[in-house]
Amino acid sequence: MSDPVPLTTDDPGQVASATPPAPGRSRRLGDRGLAVAFISPALLLLLAMSVFPLLWALYLSFTDYSATRGGPANFVGFGNYTAILTSAQVHARALTTLVYVVGAVSLQTGLGFTIAYLISRRTHGRGALTTLFLVPMMLSPVVVGLFWRFMLDAQFGVINSMLGSVGLGQVEWLTRQRTALVSLIVVDTWQWTPFIMLIALAGLTAVPKYLYEAASIDRASEWFRFRTITLPLVWPLLLIAVLFRAIEAFRLFDLVYILTSGGPGVSTETLSFHVYKVAFLGFNTGTASAYGILMVLVVVVLTQLYLRYLNKLKEG
Amino acid sequence: MAVSVDEAVSTGPARDRTPPARRFGGRGRSALEIVLLALLAVVMLFPVLWMIETSIKENRDVYAIPAKFFDFDVTMDHFRDVFVAPDGGRSALSVAFLNSVVVAGVSTLLATVLGVPAAWAYSRFGVKAKKDQLFFILSTRFMPPVVVVIPIFLMYRQVGLIDSKLGLILIYAAFNVPFTIWMMKGFVDEVPAEYEDAAMLDGYTRLQAFWKFTLPLLVPGIAATAVFALIFSWNEFVFAIFLTSSDGVRTAPPAIAGLIGGTTVDWGLVAAASVVFALPVLVFAYLVRKHLVAGVTLGAVRR
Repeated sequence: MSDPVPLTTDDPGQVASATPPAPGRSRRLGDRGLAVAFISPALLLLLAMSVFPLLWALYLSFTDYSATRGGPANFVGFGNYTAILTSAQVHARALTTLVYVVGAVSLQTGLGFTIAYLISRRTHGRGALTTLFLVPMMLSPVVVGLFWRFMLDAQFGVINSMLGSVGLGQVEWLTRQRTALVSLIVVDTWQWTPFIMLIALAGLTAVPKYLYEAASIDRASEWFRFRTITLPLVWPLLLIAVLFRAIEAFRLFDLVYILTSGGPGVSTETLSFHVYKVAFLGFNTGTASAYGILMVLVVVVLTQLYLRYLNKLKEG
Repeated sequence: MAVSVDEAVSTGPARDRTPPARRFGGRGRSALEIVLLALLAVVMLFPVLWMIETSIKENRDVYAIPAKFFDFDVTMDHFRDVFVAPDGGRSALSVAFLNSVVVAGVSTLLATVLGVPAAWAYSRFGVKAKKDQLFFILSTRFMPPVVVVIPIFLMYRQVGLIDSKLGLILIYAAFNVPFTIWMMKGFVDEVPAEYEDAAMLDGYTRLQAFWKFTLPLLVPGIAATAVFALIFSWNEFVFAIFLTSSDGVRTAPPAIAGLIGGTTVDWGLVAAASVVFALPVLVFAYLVRKHLVAGVTLGAVRR
């Protein structure tokens, strides 16, 4: 990997002398060797556990291989891909995923930013408040999913019990097509609002005080201050948080698996969940792989966006 | 629940508050904000409190209709059931907790040992196409687990790593290495390179300089990074459920999820198991609260 090319240095002091001092050179090579030695093990693990599996999935996506039938994998070209991209089923799943991602992420953003803004205006107990609000985010999706399943239970769930006590009717949250997806969005929002709140709070507390002071000297209205100082300064950071959440929501699997298992019918079947069904219940490994590759492409595009904004933020 | 969420969203901050009387405007608004915050806090924390409450309720109170908030009989039976099997032996859940400790611990150690040196090298040296490499590293962390698990499953079947702790440890380590590198690179960047240069002028080699001067300064950062890696592995569910099956190997998340497989669900037990499972995470998260922003954004955002 690292071939010992003689390094030309930009150091003017060394250009003047015909032979650069040996220790300098060997040390440079040493650095390079060290860098390779320190980075390769980590990269090798990633290659073995991420890249190789993905390449395998890529290969499988062009075949009709099935993990249970075994037998040889027949090459089918882009058959899987065209089948997926033209299937009405998939379009429906994509729409479900889109509704879920947009719904959940925008709710989280609005709510998270609101909480962050309210906390940032307090002078006392900021730390304690933040800590309290962060609890949901730290829980495992398993715990969150199970627990909400219990709370949303149509018969003895506490949510319906509360609705009943204020005179509202019972709702079959997880067993009705329309409310199931809403429930999923609400649960995800409950868990991830703290994430947006945390990032927004980091942005809000970084806004220099003197800007507000200057604005209040100018008798600027509260709304004007918010619009011209707070928002523009927090926005870049908020955007990163939103993109991050969008990637995560797009990948979401565990919450669906536990809360609704994609049901009732297929009303909460996100793309991630569908991949699982095709792979592990339908045993169409080839088709599932093609699906997976398409999803990976979407994630890569989103990640690119995310990193681009991140670089902008760091340079700005 | 949903109702109050809507309310909170629609009364956005700083909207309709043209103070009618300036003297009361500030105070009235402040009171409104405090009320709103309290309301939101109650909504956000209620499920957690409900979980804790359910875990110490007698069974008949767990299923009471309407739900009982305060007047219930306290019992510790559910917690006993988490650890002790009905026949007096060790319960399957407690074995799963132990498995979780082993898998999360070893995979974190592995990710740290691989990730920290790599982060130092990326921070200190001009590596070829560094940005691309770092991008690639982070993007592996963003892969949908449900997609990666298909080829991993086939791969493990070939080499006999299905349903083994080692298999889980490897995938979790690979999952945490990108995070460790990004997070640690930030910490290394904060340590001036001049320390190493000065040490090397004194005759130390680069490696010695790293080992003797930089590494000790990185210890708090390494600890924080490791804690996050530990939390990620501890909470992970997708790989765990697809790559393990037997009770002796299964980690806690699939084991807890398995509690709702039957026709009747012992929600008290689910709640108690969830509380036991969540407690260490909350304690750990509290310890690394200073680095939370960096941690949850995978080391990408540092403020």
